[in-house]
Amino acid sequence: MKGRVLVVDDDTALAEMLGIVLRGEGIEPFFVFDGDKALAAFRETKPDLVLLDLMLPGTDGIDVCRQIRAESGVPIVMLTAKSDTVDVVVGLESGADDYVVKPFKPKELVARLRARLRRTDEPAAETIAIGDLSIDVAGHAVSRSGGQIPLTPLEFDLLVALAKKPRHVFSREVLLEQVWGYRHAADTRLVNVHVQRLRSKVELDPERPEIVVTVRGVGYKAGPA
Amino acid sequence: MLRRVTRRWRRSIQVRVVSSTLVVSAIVVALLGFVVLQQVKQGLIQAKLRSSVAEQQLGVSNARTLLSSDAGTLDVQALLQEVVQALSPAQGGSEGGYEVVGYELVTGTQSFTQPALNPDLLASSVPDKLRKALNGNSQYYYTYTRLVYDDGPRSPGSAVHNYSSYPGLIIGSSMQVPAGSFNTYQFYYLFSLQQPQQTLALVWRTLLFSGIALVVLLAGIAWLVTRQVVTPVRMAARIAERLADGRLQERMKPKGEDDLARLAASFNKMADSLQRQIRRLEELSRIQRRFVSDVSHELRTPLTTVRMAADVLHEARADFDPASARSAELLQTQLDRFESLLGDLLEISRHDAGAASLEADALDVRDLVRRVVDATEPLAVRRGSVVAVHMPDEPCICEADGRRVERILRNLLVNAAEHGEGSPIDVYVVADAAVVAIAVRDHGIGLRPGESSLVFNRFWRADPARARTTGGTGLGLSIASEDARLHGGRLQAWGERGKGSQFVLTLPRQAGSIVTSSPIPVEPPDASSDETPPTNGATPQAKPASHHPGSILALRGRRG
Repeated sequence: MKGRVLVVDDDTALAEMLGIVLRGEGIEPFFVFDGDKALAAFRETKPDLVLLDLMLPGTDGIDVCRQIRAESGVPIVMLTAKSDTVDVVVGLESGADDYVVKPFKPKELVARLRARLRRTDEPAAETIAIGDLSIDVAGHAVSRSGGQIPLTPLEFDLLVALAKKPRHVFSREVLLEQVWGYRHAADTRLVNVHVQRLRSKVELDPERPEIVVTVRGVGYKAGPA
Repeated sequence: MLRRVTRRWRRSIQVRVVSSTLVVSAIVVALLGFVVLQQVKQGLIQAKLRSSVAEQQLGVSNARTLLSSDAGTLDVQALLQEVVQALSPAQGGSEGGYEVVGYELVTGTQSFTQPALNPDLLASSVPDKLRKALNGNSQYYYTYTRLVYDDGPRSPGSAVHNYSSYPGLIIGSSMQVPAGSFNTYQFYYLFSLQQPQQTLALVWRTLLFSGIALVVLLAGIAWLVTRQVVTPVRMAARIAERLADGRLQERMKPKGEDDLARLAASFNKMADSLQRQIRRLEELSRIQRRFVSDVSHELRTPLTTVRMAADVLHEARADFDPASARSAELLQTQLDRFESLLGDLLEISRHDAGAASLEADALDVRDLVRRVVDATEPLAVRRGSVVAVHMPDEPCICEADGRRVERILRNLLVNAAEHGEGSPIDVYVVADAAVVAIAVRDHGIGLRPGESSLVFNRFWRADPARARTTGGTGLGLSIASEDARLHGGRLQAWGERGKGSQFVLTLPRQAGSIVTSSPIPVEPPDASSDETPPTNGATPQAKPASHHPGSILALRGRRG
């Protein structure tokens, strides 16, 4: 499947290798080696996905993520050598959709990229109401009392997945499969952090969630419709 | 109540000192008081005796004179009365003075009695013993007795009288006047001892009150004195406690130069040294953790590139000559091994540095077990083993780090498949109120005696020559055991040659508690026999219907 990916990483060997692998999959890679130049490169190349290393000279990877996220809902996948929760959570909270820990199996990375790139084909036009939100599925828009709430595509997909079956409890693994498209067990922290992000955007009181509700020991569900 | 008292006794120096001072001084004061009292009593009595005897002797010689002058009279009673009247003091009575009682004895005939001038004094006050002792003796005898007085009728007109008695001293003498005749006269002087007795009572009261006051004062002094010592000691104890709690900057305030001040100064020095040590160790730990993290990052980036390159080569190996193709394959597999070894090394060094963090979530252990069993199924099938899972119907919720627990279970199942030699593998899940236990049992090669503890050592291998198809790093069980400990749980192993082995993972359901016992015993109940293992000591459950190779049966187990 054709796609354009912006690779932001300071390690030239790694970047080059990534390029080789991506090209082998029919994806067109673009490279940037410096945090300062990342945003400009993003605007210039308009990629379908950004592959972002956290350790960057100049502007830090987290800040680059925030900058890009502020402008666009493009899927951002973090690359990091650190798998500590703190680092992962910070990265995800700053706007990344997924993170991949080095070293990774190239096949795995490609599968994840595809999953993120694939989500553009969305079905029927419908409007779902959940809580006091109104979700326009085809238009990828969520609004409350007329005011639009900006969500990244992943956050939107998460909300829709839950809202389509209100009161149905989804386990984290199921959500990873449905929303992220990962069939094999991936890190459930992804789900946790994205739920937090979603809550902070759509809930009236994120500390007392009513729309995205935790079911202890099982997973999450959408509250009363 | 008694327990509280003994506890206070044990816990407080002050209480001990004060109460022992109290007891000892009470005893000493009591003893002294007793001695003093006795001395005073003796003194008073001796004095009284002396004066009384003197009085009596004087009276006796008077009596003798009187009797001699009237010798020959026939009215003995009148004579006796005259003598007694002459002898008795003008003011008789029971207060401090004395009474005189006279007797005249003529053997064979009636004896005459002249009672005391005071009509209330009963003649029975003179004891018979004394009278007998006096018979025929010209000595004087004395004895202590009680003088009984008639207080009058109990109520007007009543025949019953009230009596009162007081302590008294009776001195009696007998004489024959004229000498040698049959007329024997006896005169008894009855002295009241009330005065000395009252004096004694006064002394006794004074001693008692002053004794009590003294004891109390002594106790008070002891309390004050110990307070001077105990207060700084207690303060030192409090500050030490705060130090132990982690407030490393607590110090004592030494006042003056005495022993307590020296104690305070030494204490402070010790606290300084401790604080320095702890800070240094904390710093070292921090440095170590940062190093681990930096190493991790540095190694991982080039490794990623190598990995990707190897992968590309591996994909394209069909286009290579056999040597290069084979090289590409070996490169791929060994890189896998290298990667897992690196990961394990970093994991275990994080445990060592105390930097491993637990991300606990409430999860259903049964889901975890099912997932891991599914994932390791292909390996088990390849080795010819069949995995059977026995778990309860109800959810087994446990606060645990899913990633770590899955890693532990994966390790256990892979080991079971590796060493199972095609024998059935059983996984048991048992939960009780406090813990959740998961056991992985294989019936393969087992362990030699003593190896069940060695098995968790780093890079330990049961049989160095064993073919390792899965390429384990040798750190799997060490990491698993550390992960279990991180949860506050534990991982135990049992094995016997030819009977297989069992690994039991026990985790607390509540994060933060420590596991002390496990509902699954490490040594399986069928270790000594060859029957199917029962699950939890309840009635042994039904044998699994059949072991289908290549599938996993979830059986309806009975909850323990």
